[in-house]
Amino acid sequence: MKGIGKTLLLIGGTSDIGRATALIYAEAGWDVLLTGRKRSAVQREADDISARTGANVLVHELDILATSRFEDFVGAVSPLPDTAVCVVGELGEQSRAERELEHAAMIMRTNFEGPALLLGLLAERFAARGSGTIVGISSVAGDRGRASNYVYGAGKAGLTAFLSGLRNRLSGSGVRVLTVKPGFVRTRMTHGMKLPPLLTAEPREVAQKIFTVAEGSRGGDVVYVRRIWRPLMTAIRSIPEPIFKRLRL
Amino acid sequence: MEGWGRYPRHESQAIDCKRPEALAGTVAARMGLIGRGNGRSYGDAAIGEHSTLMCRGLSRMRSFDPNDATLTVEGGVMLSDILRAFVPRGYFPPVVPGTKYVTVGGMIASDVHGKNHHRDGGFGDHVSEIKLVVASGETLTCSRGRNADLFFATVGGMGMTGIIAEATFRLRPIESAWIAQKTIVTENLGEALKALQQTEDVTYSVAWIDCLSQGASLGRSLIFAGEHATLDQVGGMPGVDRFAAKNAGMFSLPFDLPQWVLNKTSVTAFNEIYFRAGARKAAKTSLVHWDKYFFPLDGILEWNRLYGRRGFLQHQCVVPAEDALPVLSGMLERFARSGKGSFLAVLKKLGGGSGLLSFPAPGYTLALDLPVTQEVFRLLDEIDELVVKAGGRLYLAKDARQSRHTFEAGYPRLAAFKELRKATGADRHFNSRLAKRLGI
Ligand SMILES: Cc1cc2nc3c(=O)[nH]c(=O)nc-3n(C[C@H](O)[C@H](O)[C@H](O)COP(=O)(O)OP(=O)(O)OC[C@H]3O[C@@H](n4cnc5c(N)ncnc54)[C@H](O)[C@@H]3O)c2cc1C
Repeated sequence: MKGIGKTLLLIGGTSDIGRATALIYAEAGWDVLLTGRKRSAVQREADDISARTGANVLVHELDILATSRFEDFVGAVSPLPDTAVCVVGELGEQSRAERELEHAAMIMRTNFEGPALLLGLLAERFAARGSGTIVGISSVAGDRGRASNYVYGAGKAGLTAFLSGLRNRLSGSGVRVLTVKPGFVRTRMTHGMKLPPLLTAEPREVAQKIFTVAEGSRGGDVVYVRRIWRPLMTAIRSIPEPIFKRLRL
Repeated sequence: MEGWGRYPRHESQAIDCKRPEALAGTVAARMGLIGRGNGRSYGDAAIGEHSTLMCRGLSRMRSFDPNDATLTVEGGVMLSDILRAFVPRGYFPPVVPGTKYVTVGGMIASDVHGKNHHRDGGFGDHVSEIKLVVASGETLTCSRGRNADLFFATVGGMGMTGIIAEATFRLRPIESAWIAQKTIVTENLGEALKALQQTEDVTYSVAWIDCLSQGASLGRSLIFAGEHATLDQVGGMPGVDRFAAKNAGMFSLPFDLPQWVLNKTSVTAFNEIYFRAGARKAAKTSLVHWDKYFFPLDGILEWNRLYGRRGFLQHQCVVPAEDALPVLSGMLERFARSGKGSFLAVLKKLGGGSGLLSFPAPGYTLALDLPVTQEVFRLLDEIDELVVKAGGRLYLAKDARQSRHTFEAGYPRLAAFKELRKATGADRHFNSRLAKRLGI
């Protein structure tokens, strides 16, 4: 297949959503740079995508918790990608996070600190160039803290706020910043959970949505993959705290 | 756990396999294990004696070389994924079975035959290399030149030699996503066999038999002969997209149908309509999308629920060409007389198979579905006698009930297969319910 001369940087290339997203870009003729924690695992995904599509797919080992390496990485990434998508996330275990600081910290750092710092750095280089699209995958769990997963939710809320601020600052600079909230997705992360079919998307559906919004000319800045989430989360956000605290959600 | 026919059902522990690196440990540590692809075999072939290794997670393609159209994939890659990725790029798998929801591992283990078997052989004939995880946990590279005996035991070996971790095979270049199809109408079985003989140099051919018609029209059928349509053919049709990805609409049966739905009247009526519709199209060539030509049943997901909760059996045999007419007529008569409704039977011409336990043998293969009832088991035992007498055999990927006697009579290279199992330690590690039932 002939490339179209554009490059996607996909951070978190071994996740189900990451893999599906990279594949959709590759099918459209993009070159892809995949990152992940373990080289052999990312290489497996890269080979898969390149066999399926004929696209150029490169890999780079990168741990989202190794923030001290980010500057080197962003400095070295060449060519500078046209679009960067970060799908990194870690649900962790809420009950364990309530007892173990280390686990709680890992969840917060993986969902917020790492992605925010990395996307922030990339945004600086995009801004210097005057073009580019930044896509952060956040979560409906960040829209309001709930008993069942507020450590994870707090991390995502942080990311949502960060992206919102970044978008605000870069508005008019040629750099777009998107926040994608997939809702429930059938992935390894949710494997074994009971998911409501109406609210649950497939990884490919999420990927398609990311591609359509990020590479299309129109589309919102904050994207819920299934539309039904927007009114639902608006309703959940508007429940007064005194009542909300008694609900078991 | 159950197969596609939903009969029989057995307890077996499902073990997930997501990463190829984990295979060695999982395999070496277990006895009575069998690999499972997408569970499209009908009976008990993909149900492990104690545990079953779910191989769908081995779903990554490894590499594709456009110079010679060679594709290497992990064993759990689905045929539907290969079609989706490669038809738009101008390639088609060398052999496909009647459903695209099968894995490459399952296709090799069953050495599946397609509508082109008479010309191109089974899927196994197009595989150049297999990476097989054997009983010790070691991964062996098997090909016609390396570990050749293990290679020929694995092709058609129903998972009983090890886990197929990776396989390399060639795709065929195509000029379009369309099949140029000719329909031939035949009034009886004799004509059908003759027509299959005459279409032997056509790439794809298959006969759909109305297995309820009796007497003079016993075995009346529609024969669908097809070739991949050339650029010229497609270009001549206005509005036809060369590599159209169009997928036939899909819906699933939301519940099990009660048994009375499939009775003789409804099936007879269906067949009448089906054959009239086919006859109207006869003689002229039409362009049919690959999805509809090869996988007509895939449009209805979970159609196996059509037969209700008790499940169904598929009977597929092959008999040598010499006395195919009397033998197959005898079988069709028996089926028709029993009134056990099968929508249609499928008749194909086969060439030889290369694996030690490969099903295909030169001759004709007849396949039909029957709902599970007490009488059906008796009926099929009688039919098997006819198969054995004719020197034929039954397809293990469809089997749920044949006797050891029928099996042993049909597979002359069984002894060599068992020997190899012993020599590689596979006899203790890899055992399906089918292997136990048939004493392999
Ligand atoms: C509608 C329909 C139409 C069909 N038409 C045809 C046809 O035209 N021609 C034909 O030949 N067959 C046909 N079949 C049968 C089907 O092609 C085979 O049963 C095929 O093997 C199923 O593949 P699977 O991946 O679902 O394997 P499963 O059913 O899961 O397993 C089948 C066998 O393969 C073994 N196996 C699976 N994966 C591995 C692995 N990774 N390593 C080692 N062993 C493994 C299993 O142990 C088992 O013995 C049809 C089936 C259906 C449901």
